[in-house]
Amino acid sequence: MTAAAGGRTAREACAHQLADLMRADDRVVCLDSDTGAFARVDFGPAAARYLNLGIAEQNMMGVAAGLARTGLIPFVHTMATFAATRALEAVKVDLAYAGLPVHIVASHAGLSAASLGPTHHALEDVAIMRMLPGMRVAVPADTDAALALLRRAPALDGPSYLRLGRDATPPLPGGKGPVRWGSCRVLRPLGGEVLIVACGPRPVCAALAAADTLAAAGAGVTVLDMHTVKPLDTATLSRAARAARVVVTVEEHWMSGGLGSAVAEWLSATDPRPVRRIGAPDRFFTLIGDHAHLLEQAGITAEAVVAAARSTLVTSDR
Amino acid sequence: MTAATDFAAAALRVRRRIVAMCASPSGGHLGGSMSLVEILLVLYREVMLVDPARPGGPDRDVLLLSKGHGAIGLYAVLAECGFLPEALVDSYGLPGSRLMAHPPPGVPGIEAPTGALGHGLPLGVGVALGLRLTGSARRCFVILGDGELQEGSVWEAAMAAGGYGLDRLTAVVDRNGLQITGATESVVGLEPLAGKWESFGWRVVTADGHDPASLRAVLGSTTPGRPTVVLAATIKGKGLPYVENKVHSHFARLGGAQLRRAMSTLDLAEPRDPS
Repeated sequence: MTAAAGGRTAREACAHQLADLMRADDRVVCLDSDTGAFARVDFGPAAARYLNLGIAEQNMMGVAAGLARTGLIPFVHTMATFAATRALEAVKVDLAYAGLPVHIVASHAGLSAASLGPTHHALEDVAIMRMLPGMRVAVPADTDAALALLRRAPALDGPSYLRLGRDATPPLPGGKGPVRWGSCRVLRPLGGEVLIVACGPRPVCAALAAADTLAAAGAGVTVLDMHTVKPLDTATLSRAARAARVVVTVEEHWMSGGLGSAVAEWLSATDPRPVRRIGAPDRFFTLIGDHAHLLEQAGITAEAVVAAARSTLVTSDR
Repeated sequence: MTAATDFAAAALRVRRRIVAMCASPSGGHLGGSMSLVEILLVLYREVMLVDPARPGGPDRDVLLLSKGHGAIGLYAVLAECGFLPEALVDSYGLPGSRLMAHPPPGVPGIEAPTGALGHGLPLGVGVALGLRLTGSARRCFVILGDGELQEGSVWEAAMAAGGYGLDRLTAVVDRNGLQITGATESVVGLEPLAGKWESFGWRVVTADGHDPASLRAVLGSTTPGRPTVVLAATIKGKGLPYVENKVHSHFARLGGAQLRRAMSTLDLAEPRDPS
């Protein structure tokens, strides 16, 4: 069975695909921290390799490392903020320092936990994970991309972090090309004077909408879906940046340390040019609101991307 | 030489090596390494199925030194048992050596990097679950410090091990009673320790952590459906009477005179067969 992408959330689709991977390869193990994400998943003959370790995320990361030491390929499921903050030392020492192929599948990332509040928002996880040597970090923009990355994770030789949201998000328009760890997708062709680099469902949608607005006004716009934040596809980034007068990054993450920082770090050393980062400002989001409302509050919108690009183009025209 | 004197001679060689490492420029965790010597020797020489020629062999038993600051004790025992080349052990504490004060990854015989406390038991639970899933009859041993038991992750793992009934898992608590600033019971008390482990679903046994016969008697057996914890009564700094049970033995960087004193103290303990 192949999990269908349409309609289901990426995390649901990934839960079912994980069961497929477990049926196909008896080394694959699924560890869960009582999230309930697998309640409707049929593991079939692989059921013994689904281990619910209860509400104890740091223990779960260590257990995963122990399982990897016996030759198994563990996938660990929890919410993004619990993987990146509560369980961080286990991720750093037991997975990254040890260099073990344990794959973290993290849901409820960014502001997608919405009214659950700042304890459940994860606006720091990409920064934390990408700091760890050897850790691969992916932020897929739709369910198909998430499934492609998940399917290819068992072939990775070290730990990985797959960042998923909570609710269903629309599939990106077709013709996007394959999704492989470490190489970005070019959604609007190279050569634009505006380069938009985005990751994650809502930011990539915002990037595409902004590109349409800017293009309608006559600007050449390149859009990269940088689904793998680490290792960053620096080859494509540099090629895209060459023609760009302004680079705008978009992500559902605090502005420190995430995709925008990764892009700025690379370009500042190789192809210096203005980089404008769109992300969440330096505060917690403490008022009730749905996901879309919180993204508005945070300023992670197509309008913000357009404004950032235009203001920089105008400034550089002076 | 009798088996007993042979063991005692090996223990003495290990202690000399620990002392020598503490005289390196980096110093070493003396007290908590000396307290581990008999535990590690009994495991590596007599209990665990391990082969120094195949340190990563698929059929081996696994030992995780959760109290990673006992690294020089582990290095010394691994050298004694043929896992680590002498030259590598002699490099301890020198610039560029792979052997740090806490066990690194990628060194033969060292199963996992440890040192941040509270990591070994979760790893051991994972290894034991992996052994169960792969149908292996191997065992996993985790060596814990007693002060380390103040880390919450130990009890998350203890709860999971009890809940899953991991009988291939054996924890050994190096119960020397001291942590950096004093007695464990004066910092954050651990007692009643046996009762704590029992209530988490573990079989609890006790041993004299410096008596090979006592350790042998408890380390060789398992109980179906329950993990085992060995509460091993030990002495921090064991082998150097003037530092035994002293908090300041935790870490030492021995100068020349201190090294000579320690070595001559150990010389006096040279085992002799009764004649």
